[in-house]
Amino acid sequence: MNRQIRRLGVAVLVLFTALFAQVNYLQVFHAKALTDDPRNTRRIIQTFSRPRGTIVSADGTVLARSKPSGDEFKYRREYPEKNLFGFVTGYFNFNFGATGVESSYNEELAGDVPALRLSRLRDLFVNEVNVGNVRLTIRKDVQQVAAAALGANKGSVVALDPRTGAVLAFWSNPSYDPNLLSSNDSAAGQRKLLLDKSPDHPLLPKMYREVFPPGSTFKVVTSSVGLQTGKVTPAAPVYPQGTSFNIDFTNRDLANFGGERCGGALFEILRVSCNSAFAAMGSQTIGPPLMVQGAESFGFNSKPPIDLPAAASSRFPTSFPANQGNGPIARASIGQGDVVATPLQMAMVAAAVANKGQMMVPHVLDRITDKNGKVIRTYQPKVWKTPLAPPNAETMRQAMLGVAASGTATRLQIPGYEVGGKTGTAQIGSDRSHAWIIGFAGPPGDARVAVAVIIENQPGASEFTGGRIAAPVGQQVMAKVLQDMAAAGQLGTGSTPPGTTPGQPPTSAPATPPPTTPSVPATSQPPATVTTPTTPTSRP
Amino acid sequence: MIERVRRNAELSMVVLGALVVAAAYVLASLGATASIPANIGPFLVVVLGLLVAAHLAVRRLAPGADGMLLPLAGLLNGIGYVFIARLDRELAGLQATWTAIGIGAFILTLVLVRRARDLERYRYTALVAGVVLLMLPLVPGIGREVKGARIWVGLGPVNFQPGEFAKITLAIFFAAYLVERRELLGMATWPRFRPVLPEPRLLGPVVIAWGLAIVVMTAEKDLGSSLLFFALFMVLLWVATERAVYLVAGAGLFSAAAVLAWRMFAHVQDRVTNWIDPWKDANGKGYQIIQGWYAMAWGGVGGRGIGLGSPTRIPEAKNDFIFAAIGEELGLLGATAVLIAFLLMVGAGLRIAVRAESAFDKLLATGLTALLAFQTFIIVAGVIRLLPLTGVTLPFVSYGGSSLVANYVLLALLLRISDETSRRERDRERLRNEAAAALDQDLPLAGSPA
Repeated sequence: MNRQIRRLGVAVLVLFTALFAQVNYLQVFHAKALTDDPRNTRRIIQTFSRPRGTIVSADGTVLARSKPSGDEFKYRREYPEKNLFGFVTGYFNFNFGATGVESSYNEELAGDVPALRLSRLRDLFVNEVNVGNVRLTIRKDVQQVAAAALGANKGSVVALDPRTGAVLAFWSNPSYDPNLLSSNDSAAGQRKLLLDKSPDHPLLPKMYREVFPPGSTFKVVTSSVGLQTGKVTPAAPVYPQGTSFNIDFTNRDLANFGGERCGGALFEILRVSCNSAFAAMGSQTIGPPLMVQGAESFGFNSKPPIDLPAAASSRFPTSFPANQGNGPIARASIGQGDVVATPLQMAMVAAAVANKGQMMVPHVLDRITDKNGKVIRTYQPKVWKTPLAPPNAETMRQAMLGVAASGTATRLQIPGYEVGGKTGTAQIGSDRSHAWIIGFAGPPGDARVAVAVIIENQPGASEFTGGRIAAPVGQQVMAKVLQDMAAAGQLGTGSTPPGTTPGQPPTSAPATPPPTTPSVPATSQPPATVTTPTTPTSRP
Repeated sequence: MIERVRRNAELSMVVLGALVVAAAYVLASLGATASIPANIGPFLVVVLGLLVAAHLAVRRLAPGADGMLLPLAGLLNGIGYVFIARLDRELAGLQATWTAIGIGAFILTLVLVRRARDLERYRYTALVAGVVLLMLPLVPGIGREVKGARIWVGLGPVNFQPGEFAKITLAIFFAAYLVERRELLGMATWPRFRPVLPEPRLLGPVVIAWGLAIVVMTAEKDLGSSLLFFALFMVLLWVATERAVYLVAGAGLFSAAAVLAWRMFAHVQDRVTNWIDPWKDANGKGYQIIQGWYAMAWGGVGGRGIGLGSPTRIPEAKNDFIFAAIGEELGLLGATAVLIAFLLMVGAGLRIAVRAESAFDKLLATGLTALLAFQTFIIVAGVIRLLPLTGVTLPFVSYGGSSLVANYVLLALLLRISDETSRRERDRERLRNEAAAALDQDLPLAGSPA
């Protein structure tokens, strides 16, 4: 019998060896695949049951942090700045997930990136999770100015650093307080339902996830495409003076605002935002195929690669059937019709003009540090698109300086700096409109901030709505950014305005190099030719 | 001499085991609440107290018994307790009570069963008891069906699984019966022209065992126990007769029954389908096994740490799937350690069987050890999907009073057999020494060897 008993022992050993093998397979060789299985909730639970990193603003204000919750998830997120950064930080909730930076930098905040894991290996025996702290590019004071400037108006403010794509202000009203949605209980669910149902959509970050007709701000794109395709120069064509643009198959022609008579070459028609001239430029001078290509070179019909989740694409129609005549392309060329854009997109347009034609990837991340403050990742600016060659960009820049100096966007002026801009009034219905402004500002030839502001659903539909209502908001935000930069010594001393007079076509157009000659301070430029924007004159 | 060595080794290992368990308990508390449990002092006293009580009983009642089994059982029991307490605080108190009862049953068994061969006389009582215990859950009124398996009996407030005790009484019966018939069963006389099997009438009990397995499988829907009983009987038959043909025949019979069951019963089909592809119904029938896998994968090599994983996501983590919970929080290292503890117990049990002198002791020790080994294999293999999942408890580790008490009784019987062997060896040695001394001194022998 002993031989059988020993054999039984061998058999048991064989059976257990099979167990050892399978346990090794599950826990070592196949472990990663199982852990990464999307149906496996363990990683999510882990993220919830330990503190996450903090999110801080560029000036060090804490925007999001974990605090003990006392419930089964152990921690919940706290957002000390409440509404002000709600759309930036987003919320973090077990039941309905995460949005904003909480979502896009989830792995870093949770410590699930290799750079953090390496040091975690070292911490294997101290049970300390090394989570990443996220520092944003947005300063709290700039964001506050943006929120205050917009006030109770519904609308959005986006400010970018044209050189890097760094987001400097990112505000939309109405906003929401992410603290309401950060508890993992049913009360948060009910609050979310309420917010979801609200007609103002306070949970929707409209600055990058909602599209609006861009109105006349789109003329910057049309002009740029004209320059870039070689169809338009500062000198030619000179569009005839007129009050409207003749649309095919209809008696309702595309009229200038207030039935004004306008026309001329590029700088002039941009300065006064002449609808009839731009309708002709887009539909005839450039033509639909090149307009589509050009709009797409500015990022239309693509999702902007911002480091926030679910950005909306701005859209430009891709086909203009001949049987519909020139109406669709004419309307699209002045930012009406089927063209829609996010405020972020229009800020990027202004930034590209200010940045020698290069459109940078927009981003809110400045850097990620570990728990000891060691920087483990700094955001490296990247070029997204190059819609303009440098000479054409300079021409466009000069044209926009002209709009701010003596055109519709004079309210954008900031004493001491060079400012360019373009207003827009996107009609919705007969007597209401969205007021727009896009622009840039900085030391001469060195724009440090680009901005886009939309104020939704304003009474009236005249072209100055944008200049009157939206421009002051953009002006305040840009002024605050420049003030902070000057205080930090980032602007250098003795910055100088360009030698050429803004708003005048360069003599050797279109390839004028950026001015290099020393010149008088920008403050000395009197806005002499500017008509008072408060008076509704025929030519704002 | 050997007694003192074994008992002192046992005592030091029991203390070591208790310390390991107390440390795990502290870790679990640190993991869950980041504080040292307030009752760690009393906890350590109780754990040590129970194990030392068992140890003292062995020292008094079976001083020559193997010194490894009790500490290993105590360690597994303690780790199991820590995990049960970590998974479900309310059950922890119950499991502690059952552990105390189990230790009590262990001591009582050592007291009552002074010689293993006494049990041989009660073979038919054991058979009847086994069959009755197995059938008890089928009795209307007291039988309870829990999660599809009708293996529970409820008497007033107490629920228990009689099948756990039936394992032991049937092992006793099988051992005694086979000792009696092993000669006959070992002779091949049938069929006449080419004998491979004994007389057909001798095979009656084989058929009974097979029938029992089928009843358990179909009426109580307890596939694991069914497999366990049948494997136990076939192994004992093989060891007793030393004829491998029984293993082949048994495997054939079981396969036939399994195929038939698979054809006829939906719950068997479910098990097999789940085994082949649990992902097909990942949120339904495959959920438990997939959660078990996730848990083990999440544990990795070092484990998440006790109290730091999410084993509560596995259904029945405290019972059938406690191995997955251990794998998650103690990792590959902990899971391997648990398996090695079982392997050491099996090794000790088989060593006891090999060294036992009477055929009955040998067979009983083999049977009891095989129960431990197979039950461990069946549930662990089920959890990690080497076999279709069949719900049995992980001995000493899973939550469950009946299982714990039965396994402590099983342990006491093994120790009893071990003690007897060493006592006989010691007696023989003493006689030999006396004989040698007598020869040296040319004196008449003091007694004659038995």
